[in-house]
Amino acid sequence: MRLLEAPKAHEVLELNWPLVADFLTRFIREELAWRGYTKALVAVSGGVDSATTLALAVRALGPENVHALFLPHRDSSPLSREHAHLVARTFGVALEEVDITPMVEGYAALTPDLTPHRKGNVMARARMIVLFDKAEAYKALPLGTGNKTERLFGYFTWHGDDTPPVNPLGDLYKTQVWRLAEYLGVPEAVVRKPPTADLIPGQTDEADLGVRYLRADVILEHYLKGYPDAYILSLGYTEEELRRVKERVNRTHWKRALPTVALLSSTAIGEFYLRPLDFRL
Amino acid sequence: MVRHAILQFRPEKGRVRENLARLAEALRLLKPHAPEVVVLPEAALTGYFLQGGVRELALTRYELLELLSKVHREAGWEGLLDVVVGFYERDEGAYYNSAAYLELPHRVVHVHRKVFLPTYGVFDEERYLARGRRVEAFGTRFGRAAILICEDFWHSVTATIAALDGAEVIYVPAASPARGFHGERPENVARWRTLAQAVAAEHGVYVVLASLVGFEAGKGMSGGSLVAGPEGRILAEAPLFEEAALLFHLDRERIPPVRYDSPLLSDLEAGLPLLLPDLTRVLNGRRHEAS
Repeated sequence: MRLLEAPKAHEVLELNWPLVADFLTRFIREELAWRGYTKALVAVSGGVDSATTLALAVRALGPENVHALFLPHRDSSPLSREHAHLVARTFGVALEEVDITPMVEGYAALTPDLTPHRKGNVMARARMIVLFDKAEAYKALPLGTGNKTERLFGYFTWHGDDTPPVNPLGDLYKTQVWRLAEYLGVPEAVVRKPPTADLIPGQTDEADLGVRYLRADVILEHYLKGYPDAYILSLGYTEEELRRVKERVNRTHWKRALPTVALLSSTAIGEFYLRPLDFRL
Repeated sequence: MVRHAILQFRPEKGRVRENLARLAEALRLLKPHAPEVVVLPEAALTGYFLQGGVRELALTRYELLELLSKVHREAGWEGLLDVVVGFYERDEGAYYNSAAYLELPHRVVHVHRKVFLPTYGVFDEERYLARGRRVEAFGTRFGRAAILICEDFWHSVTATIAALDGAEVIYVPAASPARGFHGERPENVARWRTLAQAVAAEHGVYVVLASLVGFEAGKGMSGGSLVAGPEGRILAEAPLFEEAALLFHLDRERIPPVRYDSPLLSDLEAGLPLLLPDLTRVLNGRRHEAS
């Protein structure tokens, strides 16, 4: 008699990419439509998230209805500019460049104790000012580019990169964005390079986070689905990795929420008075 | 043979008047194809996720009949048209997730109130809505039918009651956000297909699933409406995510021979009473100790 043993069950992050791409394309089209928009605006950084968002926007709306912005600071890596142009060319969208150095340095000159970390946040918020102003000028809706891993880790500038009202990638882990990017034809140089917020010279995400995306995403998916620690460790992850991941998630729930309001009445918005954001009479 | 059309509809959130106008347009499109029964999804006139907005948009069954009779008139429909439609219902101080079987332009034939209100994950129905308490078949001018709304159908006991009550067709208005993108289809769609086929084959009935489409604040209603025949085969299927009208003939004459070959329903009729004491026992929280 043959003795058979089922392999240990585990969650799988690989998705049906054509189906995902089709779904997200419809998402962009429909979420823009009810808001009264036919055009989208994407801030292209040269990284894989914004490149993937741009690719989806072009599929959804056509290149003529998508604007791309590149918003460098003088400390940004030259490779970011090269890749931003490569991405825009690949998807047939003109790239407008707005240098945020004067905005950021104007404030920095007034703020002698500005640390690199704070300056990074100022850059992210300066970019958001430009993005929303250009959106108004183009009558286009800005698209968010944040992925699920960075959202869960709180690895973004609050009210900076998380601000756009519509975000197609926010429920995909970073490693899933890589795979979707490949499917959509994002240039390999952009998909394969080490991810970086490029706010401080030499910065990389994985050095900041202290864990590799390939490992963090699997831990996250099992943790969110309620697998116990022992199970996750049995899949080959270390206690240190698991600790870092859980700590990141559990210190940043506030960053994924709207500001806290003191509740005084039985008509408090979002507490008692509950309407979905697309509700309109 | 009864000519049916499933209208896989994308309502504008909260815009009842606009949705009724689009429904009239759809009926004009269908008129040359002469359906006798048109089946619409759950919450078809308002969109599904309303939260407290249910209060502003719920209708009585008579208001619904009046509005749809007007649509029937505006579409220039001659003669009767049966419509199955999901709506938020207001009645005697409570709100329900309901679906009506109407014989337009004159009559409400039946209203089913959803019993199983999903209140987990992305769903929050029981916060806003009261539960229905009944599952029953009803007579239409074409024969007996039943309505089950969305999660009602995910519990095999509801279709069992409907079939034992003589339903030959189970209409299932649904609103199902797509999720789980690993396979050929989203996981919820795969589940609907399996369920529809299993229920149809177990009881020798037709299952007519009308599934909402359109994004509601990031939640993409999946569509994939279908009809499964009494042999348990999918006879027709609408695409995912986009509006469509799916036309088909429903042939009740197929049911007797199928049930003759596979008499599971009559077996159930005979065997289920034997199990009722055990059902009562487990519902009363009493389990037998291992013997």
